Amino acid sequence: MRLLPWTIYLSLAGAMLSLAAGRRSAAAARWVALGTAAAAWGLVLAAATGFSPSALPQTLVDLEWIPSMGGRYHLAADGISMTLLVLTGLAATAGILFSWNIGERTGEFFAFYLTLIAGVYGVFLSADALLFFVFYELAIVPKYFLIAIWGSTNREYGAMKLALYSFAGSALVLAGLLWAYATGGAHSFALADLASAAARFPAGQQVAMFALVFFGFAVLAGLFPFHTWAPTGHVAAPTGASMLLAGVVMKLGAYGCLRVAMPLFPAGLAFWQPAIAWLAIIGILYAGLVALVQDDCKFVIGYSSVSHMGFVMLGLAAANPRAVAGAVLQMFSHGVIAGLLFAVVGRMVYDRTHTRRLEDLRLLALYRLLPFAATVFVIAGLASMGFPGFSGFPAELSILMGAWQASPLWAAAAALGVLIAAAFTLRVVQLTFFGKSGDGESPARSGTSEASADAAWLLRDRETQARSAALSPITWPERAGAILLISAAVVIGLKPDLLLNWIVPSLQSPLFRAVIKGGAP
Amino acid sequence: MNSIPMVLGVLHGVSSPLTGALPLAAAELDYAGLARALRPETALVAGALAILGVDISFLRRAKAALRLRAAVAAASIAVVAALAFCLRTGSSGEVFGGVLVLDSLGTAARAALLCLTLVVLGVSAGAAVPRRPAEYCAIILFATAGFTLMAAAQQLLLAFLALELASLSLYVLAGFDLSSPKSAEAAMKYFLLGAISSAFLLFGFSLIYGLSGTIDLTQIAIVLARQGPSPLLTVALVMVLVAFGFKAAAAPFHLWAPDVYEGAPAPSAALIASGSKLAGIVLFTRLLWPGLGAVAGEVSSARSGAGWLPVLAILSGASLLLGNLAALAQTSLRRLLAYSAIAHAGALLLGVIVVGSSGPGPVFYYAATYGLATAGAFGIVGVLERTGGSLQIAGLAGLSRRSPLLAGCLLIFILSLAGVPPLAGFFGKFAVFAAALKLGGVAGPAGWLAVAAILLSTVALYYYLIVVKQAFVAPAPANPAPIAVSPVALATLVAAALAVIILGIFPSLLLGLF
Repeated sequence: MRLLPWTIYLSLAGAMLSLAAGRRSAAAARWVALGTAAAAWGLVLAAATGFSPSALPQTLVDLEWIPSMGGRYHLAADGISMTLLVLTGLAATAGILFSWNIGERTGEFFAFYLTLIAGVYGVFLSADALLFFVFYELAIVPKYFLIAIWGSTNREYGAMKLALYSFAGSALVLAGLLWAYATGGAHSFALADLASAAARFPAGQQVAMFALVFFGFAVLAGLFPFHTWAPTGHVAAPTGASMLLAGVVMKLGAYGCLRVAMPLFPAGLAFWQPAIAWLAIIGILYAGLVALVQDDCKFVIGYSSVSHMGFVMLGLAAANPRAVAGAVLQMFSHGVIAGLLFAVVGRMVYDRTHTRRLEDLRLLALYRLLPFAATVFVIAGLASMGFPGFSGFPAELSILMGAWQASPLWAAAAALGVLIAAAFTLRVVQLTFFGKSGDGESPARSGTSEASADAAWLLRDRETQARSAALSPITWPERAGAILLISAAVVIGLKPDLLLNWIVPSLQSPLFRAVIKGGAP
Repeated sequence: MNSIPMVLGVLHGVSSPLTGALPLAAAELDYAGLARALRPETALVAGALAILGVDISFLRRAKAALRLRAAVAAASIAVVAALAFCLRTGSSGEVFGGVLVLDSLGTAARAALLCLTLVVLGVSAGAAVPRRPAEYCAIILFATAGFTLMAAAQQLLLAFLALELASLSLYVLAGFDLSSPKSAEAAMKYFLLGAISSAFLLFGFSLIYGLSGTIDLTQIAIVLARQGPSPLLTVALVMVLVAFGFKAAAAPFHLWAPDVYEGAPAPSAALIASGSKLAGIVLFTRLLWPGLGAVAGEVSSARSGAGWLPVLAILSGASLLLGNLAALAQTSLRRLLAYSAIAHAGALLLGVIVVGSSGPGPVFYYAATYGLATAGAFGIVGVLERTGGSLQIAGLAGLSRRSPLLAGCLLIFILSLAGVPPLAGFFGKFAVFAAALKLGGVAGPAGWLAVAAILLSTVALYYYLIVVKQAFVAPAPANPAPIAVSPVALATLVAAALAVIILGIFPSLLLGLF
């Protein structure tokens, strides 16, 4: 356990080593990055095996940092942090595997990537609000460069929009946090101290401070209507970055809501609870409906991320142990599944066919040309729909049950989202991989001999046939990454207790008791 | 010994007899102590004269590049000697009967100013060679001597003299590039506006002297506490604030900044942006807080009292708004840095507002680290402009390919200016905003300013990202001009970048001094 802070230091060191290795060769940079990410993940897993869940976070490091402001270098981990640390390591390793083909400025790519990962590890380990905020903002600038330099569609616009929205969100958080800190006597930034000070604030102030901090974090979590940066940014980002952004970075926002906003201002949560729940539900339904009509398959996945994060925010808003445990489980589950979806769409399909338009992809019948990709995408699609056997099912079920406890109407409305998710997932799977829908004919059926095909059909499809002939086979890093992610989704889907045994005890901590009330999960 | 809380304690009604215009009795003239305290200035002036002497005697026929290197080397030795003297003397308290005060703020500011001058000298080795290098370095040393005196002055006359010494040196430095009409325009504008503001300041000082009968700041504080506000004092305050606004480049006294930052040679602009700002902030902090603290007024609540705090709050808000919004439209890197200076001046004024309640730590940290980052940024501008022309933002294209070290340093400096953790710029803003919100939450102007500044920092991130985008994302031009960087300049820039990182990760190094 004591070695957990080394995940941060290792990642930062790896970033600098990667930069240096990149000068020698791209391959050196890749291996350094993979080694670092795998080593950091290994540290997390090692800590996980010896982890005994308890209500209070276990302190790892507690050093004096800025005595004049009361900020300490305080790192701690509880069950919720461990869950998300495992997710970070997994997503980081898989992301690097899926970025194996980055050939230009490889060292810089992995340097930014590992710096981002270091920031994420730092957020999940912080127990001091100032330190939390420092790591949270540290993660913003690498995202900008990853998208602006190595991205695709509209990358400069997407990168700037993502960076500005993230920064604006964290500006709101800073305003709220500083206000709470100053009003509470300005002694300490420790989350426990801030919470006990804030408990004495008048309700009106708590409501205002909660609004600033919660909605500031919610921008990064993709809560409607602050979500518009997410589809644009994720589509613009290169594959490895999209996996990390949708998979882990959006969870930073939700984690901030859970760890900082909710325990500090319970009266504020009580006031804003219905608003947050309804915004989450609108996000689930609206983003799902938008995903249903997209022409670019990456946009479908981007909007589906917003929709799934809506479930997380609904779980947090319901504020009872079952819903919040489900929300944390959904954070893990969606992190894995979004990673899978973006990996297939970005790395396996787009890098080979150079098109993401469903209109084009439907003509290629990729299930024959890329059978591995098709299999992975079907599995990922099932998981995304919340199919039993994958991690999405226990997570969304838990959230819906918890939401029902808070208000049956919320659960009913959100359950529609599951239906819409099935619709857009089936549509995108079918159009991307399984050729023409409706008439049951596959254009590549006649692939054995061109002469035997209908002449008019041939003329129309010559270009697509030429393209499909050039598809390179699936490489070993892609296979490895896909197997990693699928295993995680299946293991947690079949035995969610592995994570719930960590998460549920953490919700018993005194900080959460004041705000997460309700029956036992 | 920190004189500010001591004086504030005195303001609470201890009556003591006025000792008249001359605060010193003949027996108290401690010339040895004065000489000891002024060793840094002595070193600087002696160094300047030595540079001039050596250049005139031996280097008349040498090439300009050699003369520049010799002058920079000699000047650096002088500055390092001054720094050693300054640290040796430490915070010894009042000197020569209160003419100077070497408290923690004074000593820290003097050391920081000398370090900033070292950075400026280092980058001048990498910028375009001036026509008369020895005179250039000598005048930089004179300006620095003026700054260090400003940081320690506790008497109106000395404050004005130091300010004039520094300002006149800076006017000359701004116009040093005789081949550029922009440089001449910059110097002329700076001189005219600066001279007018100095006139305002002197008139304000004379009014204060007339009201209080003394030129010593601690005595002034006592007298004004007893007298309270009056119309004449209001006029004096306005005069002083006008001069402060000019010096700090705060709106609406900011008009000189874009043109001067654009026209002056890059090392001069670096000095103006860093050292002049820090020295001005320290000088006026000392003037306003102990000196005129009695008539400060209130900014912790929306009740507007009479006093200069609400006026400072208005100046701060105007600068934040104008600086951030105007910077969005800039295509010239120098003008962008100028408008960002105006925006930072707004935050620095907020830092001055909180000195009364939270001490000088936050504003000193902010001003020192801001100076470091801006000096570094102008240093990079100087290196890139060596072949001529004023640098447009588009001219940075592909910098990360053409010179990775320079691009890396630029990234650190720009992100520090933007306030991205864990760099020093973030903690400076953080300390100032936390102190401002402590003054009464969001109920008063101080809190509103803090929240406004936090939100405007998102706007600022946009134009700072545009700059680094050009350096890292935009492809290099087809035939990139090779970037020749002098090793001295490169070492200085890297050292400054490392300092920004270290001061950011360990803010207590500076904040803990107070």
